[in-house]
Amino acid sequence: MQSTKELLVAYRSMRTIREFEERMHIEFAKGGVPGFVHLYAGQEASAVGVCANLSGKDVLLNTHRAHGPAIARGADIFAVAKEIYCRGEGLCKGRGGSAHLHDVKSGLWGANSGVGSGVALGCGAALAARNLKTGGVAVALVGDGAVNQGVVSEALNLASIWKLPLVIVFENNGYGEATAVDYAVAGKDLYKRAAAFDMPGVKVDGHDYFAVYDEVRLAVERARAGHGPSIIEAKQIRYFGHFEGDAQTYRPKNEVEQCRQGNDCLKRFRQHVLNENRVEESDLNSIDTEVADLIDRVYKEAKAARFPGEDELMQSIYASEYQG
Amino acid sequence: MSQMNMIQAINSAHLLMMEKDPSVVVLGEDVGYFGGVFRCTDGLQKKFGEHRVIDAPIAEGGIISTAIGMGVNGLRPVAEIQFADYIYPGFDQIVSELSRLRYRSGGEFFSPVTIRTPCGGGIRGGQTHSQSPEGIFSHISGIKTVMPSNPYDAKGLLISAIESDDPVIFFEPKRIYNGPFDGDPDKPGVSWSTHPMGEVPKGYYNVPLGKAAVVEEGDELTIICYGTIVHVAQAATRLTGVRAEIIDVRTLFPLDIDTLKKSVEKTGRCLVAHEATRFCGYGAELVSSVQQECFWHLEAPIERVTGWDTPYPHAFEWKYFPGQQRIAAGIRKVMEAG
Repeated sequence: MQSTKELLVAYRSMRTIREFEERMHIEFAKGGVPGFVHLYAGQEASAVGVCANLSGKDVLLNTHRAHGPAIARGADIFAVAKEIYCRGEGLCKGRGGSAHLHDVKSGLWGANSGVGSGVALGCGAALAARNLKTGGVAVALVGDGAVNQGVVSEALNLASIWKLPLVIVFENNGYGEATAVDYAVAGKDLYKRAAAFDMPGVKVDGHDYFAVYDEVRLAVERARAGHGPSIIEAKQIRYFGHFEGDAQTYRPKNEVEQCRQGNDCLKRFRQHVLNENRVEESDLNSIDTEVADLIDRVYKEAKAARFPGEDELMQSIYASEYQG
Repeated sequence: MSQMNMIQAINSAHLLMMEKDPSVVVLGEDVGYFGGVFRCTDGLQKKFGEHRVIDAPIAEGGIISTAIGMGVNGLRPVAEIQFADYIYPGFDQIVSELSRLRYRSGGEFFSPVTIRTPCGGGIRGGQTHSQSPEGIFSHISGIKTVMPSNPYDAKGLLISAIESDDPVIFFEPKRIYNGPFDGDPDKPGVSWSTHPMGEVPKGYYNVPLGKAAVVEEGDELTIICYGTIVHVAQAATRLTGVRAEIIDVRTLFPLDIDTLKKSVEKTGRCLVAHEATRFCGYGAELVSSVQQECFWHLEAPIERVTGWDTPYPHAFEWKYFPGQQRIAAGIRKVMEAG
């Protein structure tokens, strides 16, 4: 069972993601956020439930819906915001943007927009961890849209035959862009694919931090012990569109509102820990206040930050300088 | 020194690098127990174990992405894709991940993967054992592309590729694995044992990436080529009696433009030859670069001799292949122009 301190850390992380994304939604609508963004609000329990089980030697891979996992893994939130705003001191010096957040020091290999690639790249991360005897595991967070990609099937097979220390979390938010899982995924239950690859597969309530945390803990322990990969399907919904500006004509009108009212992961977390007297309500409220203040500062600083200089254009293409 | 064919030279590069650097690992289809369909990895698994020479199922996307993942996390993988024709399931991983990761992460992440893959035709292999996709990969920023034309370069370049912190796609022209080939399929095969570049040191050495080789010196014409065509161009030159300078680019990207420039400034005439198809082929880049650098030295339009723009044409393999006669005709055309 997690300590009070650990629970507060998890709550702070979920609240930080939520506030970051709610603010991004507002800022995007006002203009000024470059390009497009995919928001993680509503899905916080899975990234935070996963990351609470990881240590520095582990590797997290995730998808284009990248802000949440980056914050959950402990990347500098100021650098995350600056990256989204294309600034020179962004997490990736402005090269990645919203959908590509990478950070060596927090163990965040991070995002790739080729949605299923994380599972396949994770095989290599897991194999390296085993060969180098680091004791680390790799976790790939991928969406429901990814399960239909060929490379995911290739990777699940490799992970299984090589018994890799890999945990695959299918974040099933119901839609791959605008196409519903009910239409796009044969069998509908993503976790059942595990059986075909001879690995354990479970489905959890992706709005329940504790359910996610417990299943990921088992899967990580199993991976660390050398017993191979597992699949966890976290069933959840996202509170915003696939991207900001998405008209979401493909969703039932009250889907998000109902979830926000009755099934929100932050509300459920609060209820759970307060019912069990595991934290003080005042501590949760203080976190809410501190996070609101933090998000103000993050956006203010990001919007004021410098853009990268033109001299940076040709940097870091190769190990040594290449001028074209 | 010892005599090696290109397979033995490639095997020797693996062996040395695996002994030298414990982070070097090999993976691919049938590379371990079986030793590789062309025997390039023969004996490695027995010597280094299954954890360093990893047999993979037929899953090229999975092989390449696993190699990328290992490279990012402290290993130095050498992945074999059994034929370049089968690299495409892994193309997304090469283009979207391997080549771009360093740039996209602001220099924080990189993956020093070498992907070895036999390429080219001339073995009656049909469409899926004959392609020359080097131009496609040379177009991608963030990776390097190499194609040796002899055993000495194959070993030295492969060692440099493995040592490089940049990803390298290492194309091996399979028609010349066992001996140089002058483009005449009716002649009996010759082995590397009588060729000077079949003399290969047993120990460590490297051939740097990004450096072309002047294979034959001449002052009337520059022929720029690589891989199997180096040998065909040498034979074609003898047919014409033209004093051609033959340059083997060896590394396609980054291109050693200085060596090309020096030669064309001297000869004033240039022919580019490769086995791959023509349109948007690697030769187009060579022509463009030489034109830009050497325009005022050119006495004739630059000529291109390449494979035809067809899917690899099995029954017409020797019509497709830019053999001695076609290259000789190209040489005469450049010499007669202007």
